[in-house]
Amino acid sequence: MTTATSKPETSHGTSMEKEKWLHAYRQMVSIRLFEEQVNEVYTRALMPGLAHLYSGEEAVAVGICEALRIDDYITSTHRGHGHCLAKGASPDRMFAELLGKEAGYCRGKGGSMHIADPATGNLGANAIVGGSVGIATGAAFSAKTLGTDRVAVCFFGEGALGQGSLYEVMNLAQLWKLPVIYVCENNLYNEYTHYTETTAGTILGRATAFGIEAASVDGQDVRAVNEVATRLVKRARTGGGPAFLQCDTYRYSGHHVGDINREYYRSKQEEQLWKTDRDPILVLAKWLIDRGSADVASLDRTTSEVRAIMEAAVKFAIGAPYPNVDEVGKHVYA
Amino acid sequence: MPERELTFAQAVREALAEEMRRDSRVCIIGEDVAEAGTPFKVLSGLVEEFGAKRVVDTPISEAGFTGVAVGAAMTGLRPVVDIMFGDFITLTMDQMVNQAAKAHYMSGGHWRVPMVMRTTLGATRRSAAQHSQSLHAWFSHVPGLKVVLPSTPYDAKGLLKTAIRDENPVVFFEDKMMYKLKGPVPEDDYTIPLGVADVKRAGDDITLVATSSMVQVALGAAILLEKEGISAEVVDPRTTWPLDEKTLIDSAKKTSRVIVLDEGYGRYGVTAELAAVIAEGAFYDLDAPVKRMGAMHVPIPFSPPLEDVTVPTEQTVFDAAKSMC
Repeated sequence: MTTATSKPETSHGTSMEKEKWLHAYRQMVSIRLFEEQVNEVYTRALMPGLAHLYSGEEAVAVGICEALRIDDYITSTHRGHGHCLAKGASPDRMFAELLGKEAGYCRGKGGSMHIADPATGNLGANAIVGGSVGIATGAAFSAKTLGTDRVAVCFFGEGALGQGSLYEVMNLAQLWKLPVIYVCENNLYNEYTHYTETTAGTILGRATAFGIEAASVDGQDVRAVNEVATRLVKRARTGGGPAFLQCDTYRYSGHHVGDINREYYRSKQEEQLWKTDRDPILVLAKWLIDRGSADVASLDRTTSEVRAIMEAAVKFAIGAPYPNVDEVGKHVYA
Repeated sequence: MPERELTFAQAVREALAEEMRRDSRVCIIGEDVAEAGTPFKVLSGLVEEFGAKRVVDTPISEAGFTGVAVGAAMTGLRPVVDIMFGDFITLTMDQMVNQAAKAHYMSGGHWRVPMVMRTTLGATRRSAAQHSQSLHAWFSHVPGLKVVLPSTPYDAKGLLKTAIRDENPVVFFEDKMMYKLKGPVPEDDYTIPLGVADVKRAGDDITLVATSSMVQVALGAAILLEKEGISAEVVDPRTTWPLDEKTLIDSAKKTSRVIVLDEGYGRYGVTAELAAVIAEGAFYDLDAPVKRMGAMHVPIPFSPPLEDVTVPTEQTVFDAAKSMC
């Protein structure tokens, strides 16, 4: 069991490393601005259903997915936009899906909570808490049985720690030494309840009880997340078996966009503290600037470029047609 | 040369072995499926031929290994999951109903879940309330799943081979009382399409629509009825979804009287659906209301004289049919 934080900056970063972290920065900004647009579109009543924003947790999805190959698998959650984007999904087709349009990743049939994208190994976001733990473990079972060297990452929130199926598949994964990494995004709240009220014992103790390699990391530090993820992914890919990674993070918004009055379960001061002191984008920006890899102006340019992409994606989705109603009976069976 | 006979269990095993030889992606996952060959010995010998990598013993974790099978099916394997007793499907419901059944649709057709769940149904084995239920109606209720109910060794082999080749999740219910039933099974590679009913016996006066374990009961009742001069037709839908409505309706129109038999609970069950299909499709040709016969609405009791009255028998079916003709 280890607790990781990113190493102190070095003054000898290669240009490749610089590009890597500038890319990670752009990816995190993409998620943040995507979610800003979701909030906007949702509050303008253009988006049906529910919207669960990933803002604040960007370093987890990006840190993990930057350690993966395009053909590695992920499973995602109801709070899954960040995972999809970090794995390489395109914002226009995502927004189209969020609005129920035919151009969406699931032809409008899945919506915000079910985006799936075979081209980027995304087995799908799941709206049952803990619902994808079997699928991710099964993908790892396939990888091992078929002799590919793919790795599966199972994203879930700490709320899923209450689900028994998680422990069933962790037992199987360790017995069979499957290349799966269970990534527990501990954003502190099971919907509207602090996780300490729902979680006996320790989080990592759940994994170590099975003999699974377990680590925790500052989920607001993308470099730290990526460093430990890279190690665990390499280990899984080379036959070392499953791992469990606890990422301590924070959900800036409510459980969903409509969860406005949150003071009964957490304070505004707490929210503010995370946003000012531990924002993953600010943390990386400071590091990039301090080591001379970027300046405020260049990072602002990135933000502007990304914002333009997100605005165009929303525009595309709003203008895209709904599926024809005869679509309703298609894809029930393959 | 006389036609070869196999037991129901042997027919299931042969279907699995043939499909595993044919397609290296097919694997078996479940509790005591390898050396033990399951408590019913249906899978005996398979691990010896195909090895432990393809006949995979699991912990007692139905939800866990069913979930693994769903993910494995989405990513290149064709798993056949073994759920020892049909009562244990309750432990797999999220994996089957929310995951397997919906992955294709929710992803707009991107992902497929070509897996089979084999499990059992049937009472009268003195196994009490948690090892005797016939819960196939539950899965028949869910879009995205297919449900198969073989009633003979011949059907078991042909339908299971089709189920394994299907691109969708298929739940395959085997009557555990039928494993030793013998019947003709060709050695050649045949399959039976899902959604095609089979007229197990032709008749003119009354139709007995029967599934799985109830097919043999219906055939027995038909012999008793014949002695009374009543000609019964026995129709086996073989799959509750997809459902061959036409064959059921055509038979009802021909005989004008129908009893629907299924070992699941009668209330809100398969008999209700089949009776409704027939009533809607053949209403003006019927001379009597469609009668439903299923398991009594009680937990299956242990005590033999109690258990025996919970499910339809040749005698109760005979009595019901006679009173309708």
